[in-house]
Amino acid sequence: MQLDNLYQEVILDHYKNPQHKKLSPTYDAQVHHINPSCGDEITLNVTLSGDTVANVSWDGVGCSISQASVSILSDLVLGKTLAQAQEISDSFMALMQSKGTQTGDENLLEDAVALAGVSQYPARIKCALLGWMAFKDASVQALAKNQ
Amino acid sequence: MSFNAGAVIADFPILSRTVRDGKRLVYLDSGATSQKPTEVIDAESNFYRMHNAAVHRGAHQLAEEATDAYEGARSIVAQFLGASVNEIIFTKSATESLNLVAYAMGNAPAGNRFQLKSGDEIVITEMEHHANLIPWQQLAARTGATLKWFEVTPEGRLDLSNIDSIITSKTKVVALTHQSNVLGTINPLSEIVKRAHAAGGVVVLDACQSVPHMPINVKELEVDFLTFSGHKAVGPTGVGILWGREDLLSELPPFLTGGSMIENVTMTSATWAKAPKKFEAGVPNMAQAVGLGAALTYLNRIGMDQIFSHEKALTKYGMSALLEIPDLSIVGPTDLEMRGGTLSFTVGDIHPHDLGQYLDSQGVAVRTGHHCAWPLTRKLGVPATTRASFYLYNTNADIDALVDGIRNAQKYFG
Ligand SMILES: Cc1ncc(COP(=O)(O)O)c(C=O)c1O
Repeated sequence: MQLDNLYQEVILDHYKNPQHKKLSPTYDAQVHHINPSCGDEITLNVTLSGDTVANVSWDGVGCSISQASVSILSDLVLGKTLAQAQEISDSFMALMQSKGTQTGDENLLEDAVALAGVSQYPARIKCALLGWMAFKDASVQALAKNQ
Repeated sequence: MSFNAGAVIADFPILSRTVRDGKRLVYLDSGATSQKPTEVIDAESNFYRMHNAAVHRGAHQLAEEATDAYEGARSIVAQFLGASVNEIIFTKSATESLNLVAYAMGNAPAGNRFQLKSGDEIVITEMEHHANLIPWQQLAARTGATLKWFEVTPEGRLDLSNIDSIITSKTKVVALTHQSNVLGTINPLSEIVKRAHAAGGVVVLDACQSVPHMPINVKELEVDFLTFSGHKAVGPTGVGILWGREDLLSELPPFLTGGSMIENVTMTSATWAKAPKKFEAGVPNMAQAVGLGAALTYLNRIGMDQIFSHEKALTKYGMSALLEIPDLSIVGPTDLEMRGGTLSFTVGDIHPHDLGQYLDSQGVAVRTGHHCAWPLTRKLGVPATTRASFYLYNTNADIDALVDGIRNAQKYFG
């Protein structure tokens, strides 16, 4: 079934066992993002150590795609430099815009390649990007604060 | 004429197409927009093919024909609502109609009955669509008037227990929905109308979810303004109706100004044409108005009573079938009195977006989310719901497909 391209096992696993889904008591920046078309919401904390992502944590409500995506993102960017995180994020963005023509760079994106199927469902791309946009926003704020 | 769903389905060409690799289209999203019968599609395209010209302007035959068709549509709408022709204003949508009333009130000068100022009160309800919430919220912010609202009970009905403190002598306008687009609740109007009028206020009814589905007579409802969108009533997009009482329309200032809505113009001043023209600035959406005329003619031929009973039967069947599904809860009244054919629900931990996606893979089209009524879904403690909404072309087989789809989704995500 075509739907299986969307709901890969990895996604359902992350949805049922979300990673880093517990807001840290301290942070350099906290952001709250909303997807106004469906009501999904996320709060995300970022802590930096120099230009390295020392901690990412989040809480939120949303569909399996948005929840799995932010869970995967947290795993991916933790311990990376902001430059590496940016590279990952750019690559993920390109994958989401690919309308099903790309499978994604597994070395760079790891579990996030499981979200490739989302690019064939235009209405769901925003779900997958919710956490990524929140992270981008939070890391910019955290960097500004620490400077 | 007795109701024949099979014959009705044949009138709607889109219902014979397939979706998602050959699945029969099961369209349960008429609350968002309805499908269109052939005669509406033809009426709209024939206008362009044969009669297109700017209404009320040209000195030629086409302009005459276009004007006849456009004004003919106005008469059809008037008859459909039990109103007078001059009380029917064509807008582009219900959203525009509601903004028209709100902005026009905001334009009212001192001495005009619609003038709003600090100390005046605007009353809405917690179950409004954003289209009947934000215009009033913003009008209150612009004028200093106070926004008040009726709350919604856990069963999804309006809580009228504190009506005395909500509608007071300061009430200038009460704006509410006739039928909730989320809960299906049909709101009782008579008490609200009586109190609003006693206070000297007007009642604005959002009839987007009622006019397409039940017989409506504005005189019997005793409200002062009423609006609906053509596209939810088997008509085209781009056309909505605002009905208002003649005396009120003559006192209400215009909202949009420009061509066609004037009586006289100088470089520094202008006077207004009488309603409805006062509220129809610019070349209107003519083909769409004509299409709406064809739509209401079609609905009338089927019979609004017949449509209402058909949907009632579907709702009864759908409600009991849905309630048999483990973990499914209906958001909205579960008794069938004073409710229409809109069923919103949640299914265990399956997020509505995921459920909707699964149903789509089976050819079943539903809506998911907060349905443009965010304060309502927040109040009911659900971030989002899945909504199935019925219309004249739906059958029990569509509901069976929905129920099978939900059960299969439970296995898929379980
Ligand atoms: C109850 C209600 N009011 C207002 C609207 C707004 O209608 P439109 O978007 O056609 O202007 C809708 C449609 O979604 C509705 O369901």
